[in-house]
Amino acid sequence: MTMVYDDLGDEAAAEVPMRRIRFTINGAKKVAEIEPRLLLADLIRRGVGLTGTHRGCDTTNCGACTVLVDGKAIKSCTMLAVQVDGREVTTVEGLASASELHPLQEGFKQEHGLQCGFCTPGMMMAAKALLERNPDPTEEDVRWALSGNLCRCTGYQNIVKSVLWAAEKLRAEA
Amino acid sequence: MFPSRFRYEAPHSLDEAISLLHDGGDDVKVLAGGQSLVPMMKLRFASPEMLVDINNVPGLAYHRADQDGTLRIGALCRHADLEFSDLLKGTQPTMAAAAPLVADPLVRNRGTLVGSLCHADPQGDWASVMLALGASVIAQGPNGKRAIPVAEFVTGPFENALAHDEVAVEAVVPQAKGVRSGGYLKLERRVGDFATVGTAVAIEMSGDTVIRAGIALTGVGGATIGCTDAAAALAGQPLTADRIAEAADLAASAAQPKTDHRGSAEYKRQLVRVFVSRILSGSLSTGTAAAAERAA
Repeated sequence: MTMVYDDLGDEAAAEVPMRRIRFTINGAKKVAEIEPRLLLADLIRRGVGLTGTHRGCDTTNCGACTVLVDGKAIKSCTMLAVQVDGREVTTVEGLASASELHPLQEGFKQEHGLQCGFCTPGMMMAAKALLERNPDPTEEDVRWALSGNLCRCTGYQNIVKSVLWAAEKLRAEA
Repeated sequence: MFPSRFRYEAPHSLDEAISLLHDGGDDVKVLAGGQSLVPMMKLRFASPEMLVDINNVPGLAYHRADQDGTLRIGALCRHADLEFSDLLKGTQPTMAAAAPLVADPLVRNRGTLVGSLCHADPQGDWASVMLALGASVIAQGPNGKRAIPVAEFVTGPFENALAHDEVAVEAVVPQAKGVRSGGYLKLERRVGDFATVGTAVAIEMSGDTVIRAGIALTGVGGATIGCTDAAAALAGQPLTADRIAEAADLAASAAQPKTDHRGSAEYKRQLVRVFVSRILSGSLSTGTAAAAERAA
């Protein structure tokens, strides 16, 4: 994997501090040479090339960049890429199998849980973390778990329905 | 956005972290949860020369009670650990009420209580909670550990009492001498926004009498505000509607709110009064219920 940096023309550019990290993303093992100031969102989008993780506000507000690190939902614009050394990252691309959609993805389709779709990957990843902790959430639980994710289209009603739809499907499959 | 360049070290022991800080000089920051530091670095409000990431230091991700009830919160204990803690639900009503109101669920998975105290944002929730509880921060440096009361730890907005080669390793809430009661109420325009007003109340009761009281405010001044007069009005007195009204008035007059887009100064002051009164009235009715149960 290659990361390209701007040559700022100063002496510091000649001595960019690089670090080698090893991590797992959606089950695939990776090695990366990165600068410590690289953010996790950029490692995922520009380094690995998985653009399902969206950069929305870039100020820790919107949750569009939500991914799981060792199973915990976090904002990848607010974590340094170097910090996932030795850890496991799951992005929205890790939800579906080769043959079928994940129940969360199916739920968002069934219940019309998206309009523009920009917030959707973050919503799904936050919802995945919730359902792993609590397979039978109430509507209130879902709203609480998604309160760090902003949607500017739907008013959240159908997003909440989508997650509840997925929870029921997952319970039926279990 | 991305931060300016820095040297990154991720030591595997506290000794190593402290010696990096000691040798690193003034322009080094400790990275724990990073939920305030990383955004500030992205905005270039902070451009440290070196980050010492303590996330690989073992033995800091805990919160536990000693046998005497003293509560210890390690430097890598995340807000979410406290939000879902049965220990806090049973023994620390003020902390249990505050934990789910810190930032948002995603930030709570990374951010830490000790880091929040170090960041010393006047809008931070934990500083007022810990001030109301009379908590301390344990700082560890090359010459060992020292305890710093939260009232002295936060020296100003975004300023703390740590020396450049000290790591805040633990927050300590002293044991209760009576039965703990209290809570934390916060008004925010939406989840994750800065508090319009946050109010922490921590009291200890012996029967109907308040034997210790702490009240502190978030978001209504240039720093966390400890309402010592309001607490003094409660201590040693039976908890009654009159005492509650007096404490609520004193807390409201201790607030130093400014009119802004979140509301007028007058509105915020009134909120402090209502919040203090609401929390203490809750303690009063819980206490009355418990007394009725004892009598029955």
